[in-house]
Amino acid sequence: MPAFRIIPCLDVRAGRVVKGVQFANHRDVGDIVEHALYYRDHGADELVFYDITASAERRGIDLAWVERVARVIDIPFAVAGGIATRDAAAAVLDAGADKLSINSPALADPDLIDALARDFGSQCVVLGLDSFRDEDGTYRVKQYTGSEATSRDAGRESIAWAREATERGAGEIVLNCMKRDGMQGGYDCEHIAAVVAAVDVPVIASGGAGKAGHFADAHAAGASGGLAASIFHDRRVAIPDLKQDLAARGIEIRPYDRP
Amino acid sequence: MGASAPDMAILDLGYGNIASIALAFERLGCDPVRTADPATLRSARRVVVPGVGAAGFAMTRIAALGLRDVIPALTQPVLGICLGMQLLFEHSEEDDVAMLGMIPGRVRRIAAAPGRPVPHMGWSQLTLRTPFSGTGVAGLADGDYAYFAHSFACDDGPASIAVTDYGSAIPAVVEHGNVIAAQFHPERSGAVGAAFLTSFLARTSEPMPC
Repeated sequence: MPAFRIIPCLDVRAGRVVKGVQFANHRDVGDIVEHALYYRDHGADELVFYDITASAERRGIDLAWVERVARVIDIPFAVAGGIATRDAAAAVLDAGADKLSINSPALADPDLIDALARDFGSQCVVLGLDSFRDEDGTYRVKQYTGSEATSRDAGRESIAWAREATERGAGEIVLNCMKRDGMQGGYDCEHIAAVVAAVDVPVIASGGAGKAGHFADAHAAGASGGLAASIFHDRRVAIPDLKQDLAARGIEIRPYDRP
Repeated sequence: MGASAPDMAILDLGYGNIASIALAFERLGCDPVRTADPATLRSARRVVVPGVGAAGFAMTRIAALGLRDVIPALTQPVLGICLGMQLLFEHSEEDDVAMLGMIPGRVRRIAAAPGRPVPHMGWSQLTLRTPFSGTGVAGLADGDYAYFAHSFACDDGPASIAVTDYGSAIPAVVEHGNVIAAQFHPERSGAVGAAFLTSFLARTSEPMPC
């Protein structure tokens, strides 16, 4: 069985890594390639680069930084944000990305998922799903979450959308629970378990990780990996320590060899 | 073979991510050419068959480029990667399509089960088949983790030199004559992948340096 994946997510704006809380108040935290190499060297199993402005402002991805990352990185990485057409997806893959994560454009045009899966294979089509819990307890999908000004209810229930997207060919889901994002109170494991039960593809937990135990909870809920940003960027959780902790709990991880 | 014979040719079907494979070899000091030209493929000292996407589309492209009979006739070291490995088998359930038939066996969809999602995605552990277990082969050792991302798997058979467990034994590396192939992505498998690619660079069909 695959090891539980630890996935740092790097928010990218104008070729730089930035970090915000609940998708707002972004500050510059450094160069993309430097961050990518740091995480590769510290045992990250995969990286996600999320172009936070491309989706909200409906611009294309800047391919120059994708190429820079592909040149030096020897672990898988996904590019998210603003991939709205088959040709844009092809360009990002040609630049060396392994996976495309699509979110708002898939909600606007669900056929995009079918087209990408058909031409490039399900294994490189990741559905980014921003889910929030409504007052009535229903989980609903949010769209254009790159900035507070554009963020809006997509008019779909999260479980139904997860099911539809995977039937259309999405090969993985990154499930981001928005009320937990940046709050470090733990993943929404009840929601993770519900999505895992609804689909056949791997589900990656996102939003809310604050300590090793939260990753163990996501694993117990059936997630194939845990994605996090601020706890890694702020160096509050070191991936080698996190992996050691998870291994001690009996969770299979890819061993980390200290350089 | 003229002076233009490349050390390594990467089959370029005109779509999909072959950049990451080319870059991985460049990190190892090689200078691969990307081509679909039959003469260049025949003359290259080594050929890499990469592949993402669906089996049917890849086979359509191979036929359209006039390579249906060229690839099976190659005699130099050939490396298949992921879909590029599956293309070397006889038939795929994906799109119900006949493949290149260089390795006996078929390609079938992995069945999803609770706790075993499909695609099989992530870092899985390799088990080397005897007689390699304990000694290593192709730069790999028992227990190495490699990165997989696939929904279809090749039949396990005599060609398997390393497998990974995903409900049943899935061939991770196969070897047959001049062909070696990996279901995992060596270009995205860190130091383990680099060791595997380095071992491919050491393979020769004739006494000729890299």
